[in-house]
Amino acid sequence: MGFDVDVTLDRGGRTIAARFAGAQGVTALLGPSGAGKTTVLDMVAGLVRPGAGRIVVGGRVLFDSAAGIDLPPERRACGYVFQDHRLFPHMGVEANLLYGWRLARREERRITPDEACAFLGIGHLLNRRVRGLSGGEAQRVAIGRALLSGARFFLMDEPLSSLDPARRGEIMTLIERIRDDLAIPILYVSHQRSEVERLAQQVVTLG
Amino acid sequence: MLTVEEWDIVALSMKVSAVAILGVLPFAFAVAWVLARGRFVGWIVLDALVHLPLVLPPVVMGWLLLLVFGGQGVVGRWLQEWGISVMFRWTGAALASAIMAFPLMVRAMRLSIAAVDRRFESAARTLGASRLRVFFGITLPMVMPGILAGLVLGFARSLGEFGATITFVSNIPGETQTLPLAIYAALQLPGAEDTVTRLAVVSVVLSLVALALSEILARRMGNADGI
Repeated sequence: MGFDVDVTLDRGGRTIAARFAGAQGVTALLGPSGAGKTTVLDMVAGLVRPGAGRIVVGGRVLFDSAAGIDLPPERRACGYVFQDHRLFPHMGVEANLLYGWRLARREERRITPDEACAFLGIGHLLNRRVRGLSGGEAQRVAIGRALLSGARFFLMDEPLSSLDPARRGEIMTLIERIRDDLAIPILYVSHQRSEVERLAQQVVTLG
Repeated sequence: MLTVEEWDIVALSMKVSAVAILGVLPFAFAVAWVLARGRFVGWIVLDALVHLPLVLPPVVMGWLLLLVFGGQGVVGRWLQEWGISVMFRWTGAALASAIMAFPLMVRAMRLSIAAVDRRFESAARTLGASRLRVFFGITLPMVMPGILAGLVLGFARSLGEFGATITFVSNIPGETQTLPLAIYAALQLPGAEDTVTRLAVVSVVLSLVALALSEILARRMGNADGI
């Protein structure tokens, strides 16, 4: 049960349109910069409201302009991993990890903090400040924070772009394990063919 | 050391400034929020109104307060129906210094609200936080240094308030005679130089303590939060 998205949005005289459905695993959004890839992720997350259309993920209707359904972001249970990780600078690593976990109801939690730390190899970072983390560490903490928030699907916006090649391989392995071991569908934005070929089951080209 | 009367002046000044700043804080924060985040018709007008006390001569501000809150004023008459009058009362002095401190507080808070990276707010939403929770858990801690700066600036401005206060509620010992008004009154009397000196020293010390306090608070918060 993956993504079933059909949305359009008029922005500054341009129309952003995306239509894709079906596949399990990783769905990659490819396209030149400015094609609206991030905007599509924002629409699925509920941060940007589509002009019209329908967004269904794993059988849950998140948005349907015809039916007047528009779940707010906090009720969509998405794990959004941003290009710039967006860890909260006024909290330490542990507080960042637990931010969404504390807000999730018991039955929404799919993983415990201990499991997440083991899975991501970030147990030794818990008492660190966000500012001192390397790019790879910060991205792993960001993925952990999203996992712990009870995410039922992931949105990843060029999560490897700020990393050096060695760390890229590491995070890609992690993404594959989220895809395979945890069976969480992932919508993945990139402009790197090689990343997409390794990770994606389905490729959607925008713009 | 200070005489009993001088201690009373200091205590009255602190009371007036504290009540003024804490009372006006929610309004200043709300206006700072609207000016930082909102874009609407009349934005320019609100911005200009907020800054009015900063650019008008304080005496004019005091006269305007008399017009509005005096016995014949719109608000003054309404207050009198409830048996309340701020005329020649310490509450009037607090009102005057609150209004004079308002623009400085708004400016400090508005800058820090505008500086908040809103991408952190949307990240928090996707993690399951409602708008209200995002405000208290993410936005407010990030603007806290600006709120503290606003409080200290406002408090300092309020301690020094003279023109609007003396025009609006006069210079009544024990009721509206705050530090600057007392210094001014003592300067009119022959042989009161010692009083002037002592009260001036107190003013300097109070201002420095307020500044140091805000610096310490800001650092402590920064350390605790890993900034």
